[in-house]
Amino acid sequence: MAAKAIGPVRRSFAPWNDPNAKPFIEFRNVTKTFGDFTAVDDLSLGIYEREFFALLGPSGCGKTTLMRMVAGFEEPTRGHVLLDGQDLVGIPPYRRPTNMMFQSYALFPHMSVWENIAFGLKQDGMPKADIVARVDEMLTLVKLEQFAKRKPHQLSGGQRQRVALARSLAKKPKVLLLDEPLGALDKKLREETQFELTDLQMRLGMTFLIVTHDQEEAMTVADRIAVMDRGKIIQIATPAEIYEQPNSRYVADFIGDINLLEGRLSSVGAGGAKLECVGTGATVDVAQDVSARVGDQAWFAIRPEKVTISLTPPADPNVNAVSGEVWDIGYLGDVSIYHVRLATGATVKSTITNTTRLVERPITWEDKVWLSWTRDGGVVLTR
Amino acid sequence: MAVTDTQPTPPPGIAAPAALAKRGRLRWLVVAIPYVWMLLLFLVPFFIVVKISFSTTAIALPPYTPVFDLSGGLSGIWDSVKEFTFDNYVFLTEDSLYWRSYLTSLRIAFVSTVLILIVAYPIAYGMARARKEWRPSLLMLVILPFWTSFLIRVYAWIGILKQEGLLNQFLLWLGVIDKPLVIMSTDWAVYIGIVYSYLPFMILPLYAALEKMDETLLEAAADLGCPPIQAFWKITFPLSLPGVVAGCFLVFIPVVGEFVIPDLLGGSNTIMIGRTLWNEFFNNRDWPVASAVAVILLLILVIPIVYFQNQQQKEAEKAR
Amino acid sequence: MRRGPSWFNVTSITLGFAFLYIPIIILVIYSFNESKLVTVWAGFSTKWYVSMLSNQSLLDAAWVTVRIALLTATLATILGTLAALTLVRYGRFHGRTLFSGMVYAPLVMPDVITGLSLLLLFVAIGFDRGFWTVVIAHVTFTMCFVTVVVQSRLVTFDMSLEEAALDLGATPAKTFFAVTLPLILPGVVAGWMLAFTLSLDDLVIASFTTGPGATTLPMKIYSQVRLGVTPEINAVCTVLIAIVTTGVLIASIVTKRREVERQRAERLAIQG
Repeated sequence: MAAKAIGPVRRSFAPWNDPNAKPFIEFRNVTKTFGDFTAVDDLSLGIYEREFFALLGPSGCGKTTLMRMVAGFEEPTRGHVLLDGQDLVGIPPYRRPTNMMFQSYALFPHMSVWENIAFGLKQDGMPKADIVARVDEMLTLVKLEQFAKRKPHQLSGGQRQRVALARSLAKKPKVLLLDEPLGALDKKLREETQFELTDLQMRLGMTFLIVTHDQEEAMTVADRIAVMDRGKIIQIATPAEIYEQPNSRYVADFIGDINLLEGRLSSVGAGGAKLECVGTGATVDVAQDVSARVGDQAWFAIRPEKVTISLTPPADPNVNAVSGEVWDIGYLGDVSIYHVRLATGATVKSTITNTTRLVERPITWEDKVWLSWTRDGGVVLTR
Repeated sequence: MAVTDTQPTPPPGIAAPAALAKRGRLRWLVVAIPYVWMLLLFLVPFFIVVKISFSTTAIALPPYTPVFDLSGGLSGIWDSVKEFTFDNYVFLTEDSLYWRSYLTSLRIAFVSTVLILIVAYPIAYGMARARKEWRPSLLMLVILPFWTSFLIRVYAWIGILKQEGLLNQFLLWLGVIDKPLVIMSTDWAVYIGIVYSYLPFMILPLYAALEKMDETLLEAAADLGCPPIQAFWKITFPLSLPGVVAGCFLVFIPVVGEFVIPDLLGGSNTIMIGRTLWNEFFNNRDWPVASAVAVILLLILVIPIVYFQNQQQKEAEKAR
Repeated sequence: MRRGPSWFNVTSITLGFAFLYIPIIILVIYSFNESKLVTVWAGFSTKWYVSMLSNQSLLDAAWVTVRIALLTATLATILGTLAALTLVRYGRFHGRTLFSGMVYAPLVMPDVITGLSLLLLFVAIGFDRGFWTVVIAHVTFTMCFVTVVVQSRLVTFDMSLEEAALDLGATPAKTFFAVTLPLILPGVVAGWMLAFTLSLDDLVIASFTTGPGATTLPMKIYSQVRLGVTPEINAVCTVLIAIVTTGVLIASIVTKRREVERQRAERLAIQG
């Protein structure tokens, strides 16, 4: 899939588009097996310096194993892991220039916040005065100055998370590894912390590698996301691309909400394709170069917010339109999700932003409605 | 020591939601039965021991005076109290046998506690780091000897440690020694017997502490640049301290008063206080002196016992 | 870091278990020794078992000991369970500190002190010493072990189960027998077995508190051991070890099988 940026790019930082840029962390044909279970399957991947990179996938997809190979807790069965041009294989974790923030935080319960943060610095044999200065700097960074003497069990979940972060940042690692760093926090705190993390990463100019199963988290923090499944990478792209141009049904379905309609391609060509949908009984016209042949099985994927719902047929003849009946309405406050059942029995979802305080909905249960979308509203997926 | 406590402690004063406990009469009974039993059969006897330690030996049944005669009423008791004497305690200080017994007991208990800790730690560590599916079986194997009789286990060593015993036979056969070692009836035999008998008491709390340790802490230490052996001393050992402390108390306190092991394996000069008390009571039939010996022993042990029971209580509270 | 069994761990476990088991194994082997000398092997024989079985005073002592242990274990389990309930459930009440002190202290109290103090109590109140005084003494020191075992089971108990039973109309007593007891039963059974073996095992406290006609097996063994080591004692010990080992093994196998069955059922349930 062509890496065509859609929507505003968060910043002009995009070394992955530069053919001369060298990856900072590189996986070369890495395979990792545990007994007869293959956790990582012949995987190659490059992560660039100063990038905030997310490994996203369901549990057991190999994302954590991949990260632990950078930290040194697992060695690849085959292949190489390189950091800044140096092969990491065979180097024990305590000699690697990476630091990790653990999912459980793994704060040493018998040490104070101060001692936890100083632990790694002491290992390096840093002079005492420098340790004091660095720990204080870290405490200020995570705003925990008053808590230096507390033990981990005297802190709240959010505070512990920040101690863990400070501890892993204190040694100025070449790469910071974050293993589900916000998993233990409640939703509100998690959202706040996500922004703090991106902010911190930009300010420090460090390379961050995060593992998460939470797609929202990956979208919020990362420059690029690798979506993984069963030890393989399915797609690597920016959050916007992943969302708007998923390369497969797996990615489309994993990220956000989506309507998937199965069909057969009836025409393919430059700048357009037509798909005969099984579910809608209609022909879907898309503005897309599809690299497949006429007659191939394909799926049309469209996000619910890109489907417009109306009581009358759309006036513009260039849009795709199908008719159906409102089957169910999910009111979520900010938006309402309409489940529209088509004549063939398939259901298509359409999201409407509630811009006014509705007393009565203009469209309600059992209304006959039209669903429409533009030619570039969705994508055709061939796998 | 709340070092393993990673949970936020609940505010004090909030008891567990005790559904059954809310009902009055039943609750009262549940508390009262064991409470009264322990009061009458554990606490009261100590006061009797204290009282008899102030009495005088008599050739009578029971072999001491005064005997409390409740029929005399309060004044009768007061008359008895007036007969109280410190002679028994004075006697204990005059005869070097007694204070030497106390010192020997404390020395042997201290040395054997250290020995047991050294022997038990690697075993408990190996068990806690063994594969998860093996751990229950390993635990079972540690507990099994504990279920078989203490006396039998001590007895088993006699045949091994004797002059013509199996250990000497084995060592002679190996050619390590050319004449039999004298182990039986020495302090060495007592140390071996104590280490052997009390080993499970040390392994179990150590294992419990090591097993519940979060292994990602060691990963975190390695990640921050700490090699494995250093990580053991900086992370593993400090976190196992509650187990070390519990194990040491479980071993030290009973060993101070140990009777069977010094009696069967020790020589005539391994005079531990449990043995002295036993002889005083059974051989000399001097009950008041035996009581005085017990009172002093209790006074020596009261600080470790109170400390131990506080620890136990804290652990129990924490588990809730 | 997936560390396999490292050589250090394997060595320390192997050496440790060798130390724990070799003396017992030797003891068992020499119970089948032809020779009267415990340390010289002279061929296989079961004659010491025959001579043990014809030793009437030994058998009497064994019978007394078993009766004491059965009674002790049962009483100690009831009292210990009540004490555990008190400690886990009843939060703070007047005298709680004293109570928990009285529960934990006997765990480490030297036997000579417990034995002497109980004897002096029995003498002071003029209670004739014998079978019953030993039972009472044994209950007193073993119930604390039961309490600790049951307590560890109770703290992991989901309190809402009891609340559910009460909510559904069961009386507190009914709730205890229908809900609480079945769920803490493994702990109670383990406590019973512990109390049983501790009572079976005890020499010192029984020696202090016993009277005429109530000589226990450990006392018998002890007096014979003092006279010298004989294969007959090895035979007695072997029988005792066999009984206890079988009991413990059966108990653990039953528990294990139940656990396996439960896990299988859970797996099946999840798979639907």
